[in-house]
Amino acid sequence: MNAREQMLGAIRRGLRRGELAGEARAAAETRLAEHPVNIVPKRSQIPRERQIDLFEEGAKAVHATVARVASTEVASAVTDYLAANNLPAAAVMAPDPALDRYGWKDRPMLEIRRGLPVDADRVAITGAFAGVAETGTLIFTSGPDHPTSLNLLPETHVVILREDDLVGAYEEVFARLRARYGEGSMPRTVNTVTGPSRTADVEQQLELGAHGPRRMHILIVRD
Amino acid sequence: MKSTAHAFKDNVGEALRDTNLQQSLSIMKVGFVERRRGAVERMPEFEALRDRARDIKNHALAHLDFYLERFEQKVLALGGHVHWAPTAEDARRIVLDLCQQANARTVAKSKSMIAEEIGLNEHLEAHGIAPIETDLGEYIIQLRQEPPSHIIAPAVHLTKDQVADTFHEHHSKLGFTRRLTERNDLVAEARHVLRQKFQQADVGITGANFLVAETGSSMLVTNEGNADLSNTLPKTHIVIASIEKVIPTLEDAATLLRVLARSATGQEWSSYTTFNTGPKRSGDPDGPQAYHVVLLDNGRSNVLGSEMQDMLRCIRCGACMNHCPVYGAIGGHAYGWVYPGPIGAVLDPQLLGLEEAGNLPNASTFCGRCESVCPVRIPLPKLMRHWREREFEHHLTPPTVRKALGLWAFLAKRPKLYRAATGIANRALALFGRAEGRYDALPLAGGWTRHRDMPAPQAGGTFHAQWKARGGATR
Repeated sequence: MNAREQMLGAIRRGLRRGELAGEARAAAETRLAEHPVNIVPKRSQIPRERQIDLFEEGAKAVHATVARVASTEVASAVTDYLAANNLPAAAVMAPDPALDRYGWKDRPMLEIRRGLPVDADRVAITGAFAGVAETGTLIFTSGPDHPTSLNLLPETHVVILREDDLVGAYEEVFARLRARYGEGSMPRTVNTVTGPSRTADVEQQLELGAHGPRRMHILIVRD
Repeated sequence: MKSTAHAFKDNVGEALRDTNLQQSLSIMKVGFVERRRGAVERMPEFEALRDRARDIKNHALAHLDFYLERFEQKVLALGGHVHWAPTAEDARRIVLDLCQQANARTVAKSKSMIAEEIGLNEHLEAHGIAPIETDLGEYIIQLRQEPPSHIIAPAVHLTKDQVADTFHEHHSKLGFTRRLTERNDLVAEARHVLRQKFQQADVGITGANFLVAETGSSMLVTNEGNADLSNTLPKTHIVIASIEKVIPTLEDAATLLRVLARSATGQEWSSYTTFNTGPKRSGDPDGPQAYHVVLLDNGRSNVLGSEMQDMLRCIRCGACMNHCPVYGAIGGHAYGWVYPGPIGAVLDPQLLGLEEAGNLPNASTFCGRCESVCPVRIPLPKLMRHWREREFEHHLTPPTVRKALGLWAFLAKRPKLYRAATGIANRALALFGRAEGRYDALPLAGGWTRHRDMPAPQAGGTFHAQWKARGGATR
């Protein structure tokens, strides 16, 4: 008997039954197929404008910074943020065509390279699949246009979040993931990121920038 | 990890004398409890979420074979691999084989309690592969060659000065010759050293907080982002997870995550909560080419269907130990094995045997704080009581305790005799102890009074006598 059969057999002996069958199996299949929503906290089930406020509060509470801009202001907002934080006017940006429209060429002083980050890159600019108002969390999906390492390696992460991609609760993100990738399917990685990287492993005191970004700046873009 | 749970009493003595440990524990006790309370107050649905979280885990356990098979099917369909490991030895062998197939020299490891449980690092090292712990706390204790003392804060027993000494000792040879004193400098130095290790690593090994059957995803929660680097940069990603981690759907994951972060660190949501599903896809610019999940049983299937099954709901948040007066006094190392605190007192006898770890469930005042904060409502005191009963049944209790319990049982079954005996004892204790109000030594109970005083009885007689005097009902 192989290890797999041995383990499944031991589980079934413990549960005092054979392979799951009949109605019980059908019920479990239904649960997977219908993935019913459990309890969604009321906190995020509020009017649209207040959801954006809630997102902003949540992100700021975990030491991200947030600005709301029009799509025509994105490039200047990035340039201003980098200058205000004494960061070089240079960034590595996701090769995501959705980011092309923000008028980067009008900012010739801002040097932008598209692709994977290297050690020298201090600033990453990416979009986000979604934002979650409930906790001020960003959702990043991996894919040809969205390298995961961009979310992790550079010290500063500037995130461009379209206001339309901001939802109330996680359950709404799952619905969008299923719509985009298909039922039961996920991209290689879905990162849900809440603020910059942190640790409290030395005497329980918070320090930012443990492994991932030290700084996270979120631009909420209204089209 | 080699257990010293059998030497629990000696371990406790050492822990109580360790001034660094006592200083660290005094910080820990306040921080975790306050932060959790704040997070719970901000979430009005918290109690309802706990009920739901408990129900989800119960459902998953009752259908464990089904969801594991479905999880496996999804992973295989994406080109990933699933390995079944009935024992710790099997899991060590499988992981070593995978590392050797990948020609691995170094492995980036993200903190995993399962890896501690099966002694993975020692096994890899013995075969010439260097595992590098990348969670800051775990990295610190790896340098110090210590086991973790807490399931989510492995270095919580150390002071900043101890960390500074450790880094100075180990990083000097890497060119960092200055002894640092500031916390942020310590974190920055570790980031720098570990970033290089990440880039060199051939394999990334992570644990999993949950396995999602619906999508075949393994899920992991960190605050540092170290798990994400471990599962993105190396060419091979190995997930090690015990079988009870599987849950049905993403919606179920959301409910469990809502109680996990709040219970563990008092955060609304952990900084990095990541779903990994298979190896890198065609066109992906980064991510591992090979993706493996090792499913570990190691005695868990024996617990299914038993009176101890509730322990398998545990989501490893650490709230029980953060709120435990015993853990708060002695820290995690004294428990002698991987899982400390109340959940350790329940898990360790199961995984190690009652002969080895039978003392742990005795280290409880049954105050019930652990159960009152457990996000999945594990009845920890009840489970500890089960172990105590089994310890007695298996004649593992010391002879003097057995004799005393036997005498007590003899009397308790004979109410008249019991009242007479307790009445005499009460008067005698009151007579000799009233002046001091307590006894620091008693005949035949030296073991008990060595570490605590026995209060002298208050005036008014035994409980039975006072009950009767107040007109309480009797049978």
